[in-house]
Amino acid sequence: MATLTLVQAIHDALRTAMRADARVVVLGEDVGRLGGVFRATLGLHEEFGPERVIDTPLAEGGIVGAAIGMALYGLRPVPEIQFADFIYPAFDQIVNELAKLRYRSGGEYPCPVVIRAPYGGGVKGGHYHSQSPEALFIHTAGLKVVVPSTPYDAKGLLLSALRQEDPVLFLEPKRLYRAAKGEVPEGDYTVPLESAAVRREGTDVTVVAWGAMVPEALEAAESAAHAGISCEVVDLRTLWPVDITTLEASARKTGRVVVVHEAARTCGFGAEVAALLQERCFVHLAAPVKRVTGWDTPFPYALEQQYLPLAPRILAGVDETFRFVA
Amino acid sequence: MAAPLAKEEAEAGALSPEALVALYRAMARIRVVDERMATLQRAGRVGFYGVCTGQEAACIGSAAALRPSDWVFPALREGAAMLLRGFPLVTYLAQCFGNAGDVGRGRQMPSHQAGRSVNQVSWSSCIGNQLPQAVGAAWAAKLQREDTVVLAYLGDGATSTGDFHTALNFAGVARVPVVFVCQNNQWSISVPFRAQTATATVAEKAAAYGMPGVKVDGNDVEAVYAATAVAVARARRGEGPTLIEAETYRVGAHSSADDPSRYREAAEVERWRAKDPLVRTRARLEAAGLWDATREAALLDELSAEVAAAIHEAEATPPVQAESMFEGVYARLPWHLAEQRSELLSVLGSRAPVPRDD
Repeated sequence: MATLTLVQAIHDALRTAMRADARVVVLGEDVGRLGGVFRATLGLHEEFGPERVIDTPLAEGGIVGAAIGMALYGLRPVPEIQFADFIYPAFDQIVNELAKLRYRSGGEYPCPVVIRAPYGGGVKGGHYHSQSPEALFIHTAGLKVVVPSTPYDAKGLLLSALRQEDPVLFLEPKRLYRAAKGEVPEGDYTVPLESAAVRREGTDVTVVAWGAMVPEALEAAESAAHAGISCEVVDLRTLWPVDITTLEASARKTGRVVVVHEAARTCGFGAEVAALLQERCFVHLAAPVKRVTGWDTPFPYALEQQYLPLAPRILAGVDETFRFVA
Repeated sequence: MAAPLAKEEAEAGALSPEALVALYRAMARIRVVDERMATLQRAGRVGFYGVCTGQEAACIGSAAALRPSDWVFPALREGAAMLLRGFPLVTYLAQCFGNAGDVGRGRQMPSHQAGRSVNQVSWSSCIGNQLPQAVGAAWAAKLQREDTVVLAYLGDGATSTGDFHTALNFAGVARVPVVFVCQNNQWSISVPFRAQTATATVAEKAAAYGMPGVKVDGNDVEAVYAATAVAVARARRGEGPTLIEAETYRVGAHSSADDPSRYREAAEVERWRAKDPLVRTRARLEAAGLWDATREAALLDELSAEVAAAIHEAEATPPVQAESMFEGVYARLPWHLAEQRSELLSVLGSRAPVPRDD
């Protein structure tokens, strides 16, 4: 088994899928000769040619709109949005078209497009290369939202996304593109969608995280252990539809939950996690569900370390939640 | 129904007398359907309806240039295209009633028909959104070495949208087999064409995207057919996209919710009524000895009976089941929708029995 970075695992998944299925095509800005600004599609242009690895004109609405048409016609398009911050010109196509085509056509026009987009902060990207827009798409009925945190999962989840029938927004934590390394099997395998992973077992506090905040949560859990607090870290992997069984079981076990995300707090997915847990296991909760998140500000360039919910803030949240007495 | 058009005729853009009669019958048919549905809307039996009255030639003349295997991405006024291509009238009408006979399971407002059986794709209501999708479908056909041509309809208002520019730009760059047919009916609800764009025509915009632009008399079914047939043949030969502007006029209101007397003069409407595409086609057929008053009367009797029977059948179809609301959001019902379905059914069940599928 090779040791790959997360972005290499994405690349491996695309190449594996394209070799296995001629219907899989990649399209986007700079995905061809350059191999994408993060090199996720490096070499695919050479192996599969310009017809399947398409450098499009610069218009996100056109990229997603064309991908929708391709999927309706029977292809398996994988559009790349260069940064999740640039997805908003395609918002109409995603929310009003992609998410609703199966439903509004009574099932006649399913639309299995997998949109890849690097997201998140911590790379000195400022307002427009750092955003975490997942909640906007979770709020839209008909979409699946997937966020890997390890190279193994990145490949397996992307291959799963390409082999099911619903549209998927596949958000890639760019902070982990090269920072996350791990063993990745060669060839084909899948990691199931809608299935969370318990990254660390514990009994006192559950920390729910995804993407680039998973390593931060694990770091906080390690620090907490030294202070005598046993944390369970749940990596959601698929944000929606969320693995409610794993989430609820962990909350019932610990009775104390901290949810972590980079996106701004208000109406972030952490709010939904908190709402789900209080609806489903209110009497098992010993403390309010704590949100450790990005602040309700635009993403700041110079102060990104203070904006992000990194391990020290997670640890503080864990500590507060652990000590809470009703 | 249009008779199958011989390949050579399509190549030449010329219609045989029999084919022209068939297109006239199709135009007369949608006119009757629209009149009856508009009446039902006023009577409160359907919630909304968008007629294509005055634009029959633009829609039917263009759709007639397609093969059954070709695809249509419609806008609001292209229901006639799918009827021409064999979509069942009862199913078409059931969509307006939003009942169990609707392919779309009652999920979209009236006049948003779609049907995979005739390769007519679902339209959202959002102006211009279908255009990049049509480019993508044409692109897929090209990549798969299939000779499908995609016909993408739009109105004059859509030419102002970003998706129009994006779609034509993508289509020009990728040289995909798509034909854009703009039904320029002069009005986007209350905004006239001259307030929509600073160019004199829609067709001239094609130059900016490296494709031919053609302006045609949209009330002349033969002219629309010929222009579309030439563009479709070009696309099928791999020579790329075309933008066609079919100049026509929305004789009626934008929709059943509109009141055109607030923004346009009756005299303008009357000038265009004089160019009614049905009247013009009938005159040509009569001059050629292919039509007369007797045939006209028989046709109207036949269509009235057909449409009345279809409306009766469509309206008598049962409603959609409440629990169907949760189906097809995803390929498989996820846990949260299963829970919400149970919640709805328990509330409905506490008030009245829920109709069940058998």
